[in-house]
Amino acid sequence: MVNAIWLFMLATGIIVAALNGRIDVVTESAMAAAELGVETAFGLIGVMSLWLGLMKLAEDAGFIKALARFFGPAIRRLFPTLREDSPALGAIIMNLSANILGLGNAATPFGLKAMQELQKENPHPDTASPAMITFLALNTSCITLVPATIIAIRMKAQSVNPTEIIGPTIVATGCAMTLAIIADYLIRRRSKS
Amino acid sequence: MSFIAEISRWAIPCLLLIIPLAAYFRKVPVYESFVTGAEEGFRTAIRILPFLVGMLVSIRIFVDSGALEILARLLQPVFIFFGLDTELTAIIPLAVMRPLSGSGALGVATQLINQYGPDSFIGRLASTLQGSTDTTFFVLTVYFGSVGIKKYRYALKLGLLADLTGLVASLWIVHKMFY
Repeated sequence: MVNAIWLFMLATGIIVAALNGRIDVVTESAMAAAELGVETAFGLIGVMSLWLGLMKLAEDAGFIKALARFFGPAIRRLFPTLREDSPALGAIIMNLSANILGLGNAATPFGLKAMQELQKENPHPDTASPAMITFLALNTSCITLVPATIIAIRMKAQSVNPTEIIGPTIVATGCAMTLAIIADYLIRRRSKS
Repeated sequence: MSFIAEISRWAIPCLLLIIPLAAYFRKVPVYESFVTGAEEGFRTAIRILPFLVGMLVSIRIFVDSGALEILARLLQPVFIFFGLDTELTAIIPLAVMRPLSGSGALGVATQLINQYGPDSFIGRLASTLQGSTDTTFFVLTVYFGSVGIKKYRYALKLGLLADLTGLVASLWIVHKMFY
């Protein structure tokens, strides 16, 4: 499905540009986007190192384990295939907390760390495990308490009440997250039987 | 709500203080432990580079060529079929863009907020949508790519289902709360 979407976007984009007589756009955009990809990855090196370093500290001090023990019972229900003391749980909790607090650049390192831990328990290394899919569904539908960027944009656009969208945002995310959890549960149960 | 904003502001400095301090008291060699963990940062960032480049190029060509606008126009009848106001079709480019690209969606949302006004229905809807769904497609390719997963199974369908729910829920809640 990813292959199809990727090719679809690329091919239709080029065809549309050609039909509009703006084929130059393709070259420009491709180059600019490739550069942006490198910039983004390189830009991540610093924060990535910082958070993974801090996470290692927390791990060595036994905090990640404590965190996993504390939130574990609730989170583990969503990840029945993981081992009791799976190190992935701590990283998953850190990632979700960072997401909730709107700390996007801290969330990514924790998320990638969680994926690495999940991959260690994955019996088929080239195929997504159910635990990974649950994690990504949670991650992408996760509540953000303060959507800071959008509030700033509303402020700049002279909104009477820039923060009034926080309530509806939480409700909408809550709906999306609930449905994702239920759908994930149903799919897993059906594929087991 | 400013209370929650304060938490966000203080979260990182507090973590940076508390974790090393507490680790020190638990007799962890703090600096060495930090450096061991940080070593992984470079490798992880580089590992996701090809996935970022591949996705960004394809998405960017799709958007810049005008193909996204055409797709949005093709989706208009679906909106009208569900009895939604024709004015609402302005939200379609954002709804399509949201799962693909964070910066792209932010650009579209900013434009909508400025064009229709932040306190209009479209402005509020765009704000809510931007905050309540994520760049599912993008996150999936990068996260799976970083550990070498090639078969996503039902992950993408599940993620997009959540995004669609977010869209419908945003429409409903904004309508209910403000009108």
